[in-house]
Amino acid sequence: MNEVETQNKVKIHTKNLDLFYGDVHALKDVNLDIQSHNVTALIGPSGCGKSTYLKTLNRMNDTIDGVKITGDVFLDNENVYGKGVDVTILRKKVGMVFQSPNPFPMSIYDNITYGPRMHGVKKRIELDEIVEKSLKGAAIWDEVKDRMKKSALSLSGGQQQRLCIARALATQPDVLLMDEPTSALDPISTTKIEELIAELKKNYSIVIVTHNMQQAARISDDTAFFLLGELIENHKTETIFSSPQDKRTEDYITGRFG
Amino acid sequence: MEQMGLTTGRNKSKSTVERIMNIIFLICGLAAVICVICMTVYMIISGWPAIQKIGVFEFLFGQVWDPENSEFGIAPMILSSIIATFSAILVALPLGILVAVFLSKLIPGRLSSILRTLIDLLAGIPSVVYGLLGAILIVPLIFELQTSLGLPTSGCLLSAIIILIIMILPTIISVSETAIRAVPQQYEDASLALGSTKLQSIFRATVPAAKSGIVAGMVLGVGRAIGEAMAVIMVAGNAAIMPEFLKPARLLTASIPIEWAYSSGLHREALYGIGLVLFIFIMVINIVLNMVLKKAVN
Ligand SMILES: Nc1ncnc2c1ncn2[C@@H]1O[C@H](COP(=O)(O)OP(=O)(O)OP(=O)(O)O)[C@@H](O)[C@H]1O
Ligand SMILES: [Mg+2]
Repeated sequence: MNEVETQNKVKIHTKNLDLFYGDVHALKDVNLDIQSHNVTALIGPSGCGKSTYLKTLNRMNDTIDGVKITGDVFLDNENVYGKGVDVTILRKKVGMVFQSPNPFPMSIYDNITYGPRMHGVKKRIELDEIVEKSLKGAAIWDEVKDRMKKSALSLSGGQQQRLCIARALATQPDVLLMDEPTSALDPISTTKIEELIAELKKNYSIVIVTHNMQQAARISDDTAFFLLGELIENHKTETIFSSPQDKRTEDYITGRFG
Repeated sequence: MEQMGLTTGRNKSKSTVERIMNIIFLICGLAAVICVICMTVYMIISGWPAIQKIGVFEFLFGQVWDPENSEFGIAPMILSSIIATFSAILVALPLGILVAVFLSKLIPGRLSSILRTLIDLLAGIPSVVYGLLGAILIVPLIFELQTSLGLPTSGCLLSAIIILIIMILPTIISVSETAIRAVPQQYEDASLALGSTKLQSIFRATVPAAKSGIVAGMVLGVGRAIGEAMAVIMVAGNAAIMPEFLKPARLLTASIPIEWAYSSGLHREALYGIGLVLFIFIMVINIVLNMVLKKAVN
């Protein structure tokens, strides 16, 4: 795919999305496009539905009891909630990184090969290749290449989070969802991950939830502001931070509430 | 009055209480250790002379147990015990893990808590009751099998193994289930997010993360199986011959309760010897499994 083609192409198209946790109306008629090879930041006060929205994109809400979802999410023009969709294939294409680093209590190597093995890769050479590529992709190869057989839990928090990113990359996704990936990390690890995200967007479309306005401004191309389950506005990040259209967005990013 | 620094008048009495509590804990801890040491020493003192008189080799590897004629070989019992315990664990462990997964992950909470209570209840039933059930329900079935194969009908090793499986299952289920329940949800979520199905996530992420607990359940199961006497005596036929699944078998634990009352002299001492062997067995199994466990955790 050449550069021009990948630019300004809608990767994920969300249409009239409503989500209920039982009686709680957590997403209200959300319409949002996520561009390919961009970083899209989701911001908004706690409980506004950012994580919920993020999880509708790889259907991780499906596992929760009593969730009701209406509306559509299209990934490359294919309805994620359509009939006959195999969520395992969806989740292979839409990887996820969680708020607190959650490597499996296994070796570093086994953490990375977990996904590929699940999807049927068996050959040692292929797996080795994937491991190296993923760890390099997540900028952690140099730190772990001599300790592949060591437990992933022996890594620092920041390294664990990059390992989790590598683990997500190992299934060769198109989209990476990150839910406050740096909120549990120190400033240096955070910087490393931010640099990594800037690098990753060349090859992946990234959606990131963050509570840190500077972070959103630094790393994202587009920003979407949520409030009480509603998408208030979404724009180019510069626009949102320099001239927000909605009073509530302005109040939030200037720290007047939230 | 103004308070200076970080000291208060209460401090002194508090530290005295702490010191006394520490001493009490120390005494309790020592008491437990001393009990174990005393038991070990006593087992050795009472078991060793017979083994010495009979001869270590004769005792452990002799194939005939015939106290009347002063033949004291316990190899058939050792082998029977090993085979019975090993077979029972081989079946009960995977089965127990499956049930534990089923209870902790696949059925709704209320139903699972009812079933768990029942299983814990089963774990507490006296072994003689299991023996009774085995004698009434399992032995007749085995008789039919033996008849159809043209073998004489009798209690046998297979019956003992089946009873042991049933007896150790509740323990293994209960301990594994607790271990699986204690695994943080995040592992399963991470696995699902990588595109695994729910079952794959449970068996490749959650269960491995619970392995230390599961091994602990296995240790308890092995301990219970190898130490079980009553239920086994009631179904195994108890002839001290080399083990075969469909022939009568006598396990290490059986000779002591069967022969104790009428034994005397070297015969009785030999029973102590069996006790010592059993004791060492359980110690070794525990130590080995714990080492495996430590390795598995690292
Ligand atoms: N499993 C659930 N069951 C019921 N309600 C839920 C569940 N998860 C989230 N909610 C509710 O849905 C709403 C949105 O939650 P969500 O986690 O998406 O917020 P968020 O924007 O990610 O917040 P935060 O910034 O604190 O992570 C909240 O009101 C929350 O209480
Ligand atoms: Mg959240």
